[in-house]
Amino acid sequence: MTLLPIIEAPKLRPPDLTIDTALATEWLVAFLRDELVERRGVRNAVLGLSGGVDSAVVAFLAVRALGAEHVHAIRMPYRTSSPDSLADAQTVIDALGCAAHTIDISGAVDGYLALEPEADARRRGNVMARTRMLVLFDQSAKLAALPVGTGNKTERMMGYFTWHADDSPPVNPIGDLFKTQVWQLARHLGVPLRVIDKPPSADLEANQTDESDLGITYLQADRILSLMLAGRGDEKIVAHGICASDVALVRRRVENTHWKRHLPTTALLTNTAINEFYLRPVDY
Amino acid sequence: MRVAIVQSKPRKGDFDANVRDLGAAFAQLAAADEPYDLIVAPEAALTGYFLEGAVYERALEAETLALLLADLWRAAPGSQRKGVDIALGFYENAGGAYYNAALYLHVEGAQHEIVHVHRKMFLPTYGMFDEERFLSRGRRLQAFDTRFGRMAILICEDAWHGIMPTLAAVKGAQVLLVPSASPGRGLAAGSELESVQHWRNVMRSYAIEHGVFVIYAGLAGFEGGKGMTGSSSVIDPFGETLVTAPALGACVLSAEIDVSDVDLARSRLPLLGDLRSVLPDLLFDPDVMPHLTQPGVA
Repeated sequence: MTLLPIIEAPKLRPPDLTIDTALATEWLVAFLRDELVERRGVRNAVLGLSGGVDSAVVAFLAVRALGAEHVHAIRMPYRTSSPDSLADAQTVIDALGCAAHTIDISGAVDGYLALEPEADARRRGNVMARTRMLVLFDQSAKLAALPVGTGNKTERMMGYFTWHADDSPPVNPIGDLFKTQVWQLARHLGVPLRVIDKPPSADLEANQTDESDLGITYLQADRILSLMLAGRGDEKIVAHGICASDVALVRRRVENTHWKRHLPTTALLTNTAINEFYLRPVDY
Repeated sequence: MRVAIVQSKPRKGDFDANVRDLGAAFAQLAAADEPYDLIVAPEAALTGYFLEGAVYERALEAETLALLLADLWRAAPGSQRKGVDIALGFYENAGGAYYNAALYLHVEGAQHEIVHVHRKMFLPTYGMFDEERFLSRGRRLQAFDTRFGRMAILICEDAWHGIMPTLAAVKGAQVLLVPSASPGRGLAAGSELESVQHWRNVMRSYAIEHGVFVIYAGLAGFEGGKGMTGSSSVIDPFGETLVTAPALGACVLSAEIDVSDVDLARSRLPLLGDLRSVLPDLLFDPDVMPHLTQPGVA
């Protein structure tokens, strides 16, 4: 008896986080031109350049969309920030030839925190993030520019950001890209390798890294998030060989941070409540 | 549900040898470490497709075929471990009316039950095809319940008419079984024959539009110069091809599918719900069904 060849389907299709980086670039450059120039008539962008990969990618995209002379990269170090962050940001500025500004936030932050000497690291970090937001918006007014956001989908889903700070700019080209996808895009765009390859960090405290804060690597978090967002239950995610405690960690962070991905909750009192009854699209 | 597609390559006119080959495939599947729940075979799987007048000699009553298949399965060592469903295309003799049909059979221990027989509705009768000269066409498309969810069978050209998978989905089918015998043609498409590419395109589009699994079982082998293009495939309700076979040669495809993915796909792309509400307006339109329109009614 001759046996037939058996062609077996893969038991599980691992989550594919690969993106077509050229297509993503084309799309995001068009998005930035549309949001800034066509919709708002603003030719300039301002963004906080941290020295990390997210803001570097946004800077590269913005320069492609608007031209280097129309992109203002703002470095906002605090006195405890790593000098490497400034140097890494400089490599991006040098690569792009965009306008660069360095505004030290230590005075502003310390001025407030002098009144709150008991503030712990979390509060201090939030004050820094919100001070940077304040600077960014003020610079946008000064430079006739629109603030452009740099938060990625992984940190947004995990709630790993300061509400109404990192997430506050009115447009964000990379908010629907997982961190691992931002890395792919960074390589395509030619972001300096030292920026891509260094451990991601909010740099709010010395030796801080995102992955130690989160308790999970970005690659693992992205695998879990992509399955979760596709509607897969925890059991199925674990069936992909992903450890249950990692799944639980991500699920917990996502479930506890829905509020961070929304505008403030407003009490509905009338039948003309804004965004409930009075409905107009954002670009109307 | 663990599914196997037996992409068979029957020898024309040698029914007994083809049954033996299928029995060998059953033995192979029954001996597998993980038992199969559903085995699907192509159109005209035990006879070959182009039979012309010989179709009357090779057509079987559904119950005769069901008994044959059940016995064939039970003869396979290991087959007693659990029940199996078998779907297979055949030429049917229904009391002197002849159909291109497909049987869906459940075999459990010493028992078997015909769950459904679909009779091909669209009989290709053009160019090299001459089905309607020899066969009657089926008159009804039905979805049917199985142990693994609701299914429908579309035989070959049935599935080239978009309204067939559409209505099957409206009738609740979660899985479309497509036994087929497709002579390959068209050399301009690149790495695959144009006819194979067309099959892939339409099946993928049905899977996505309706959120259904498509299990395509293609006949293989040459029949008088016409090469049947195999290319059996399992496509999930997101349009992903889970596994696919080459055009040439007999083989078995094996896939594990989770029918609950249908719910997930439809929650993400709820086109079927929209279709259910709009379809009556589209169908009960005098332009579409003039014979249903009463005289004088606009």
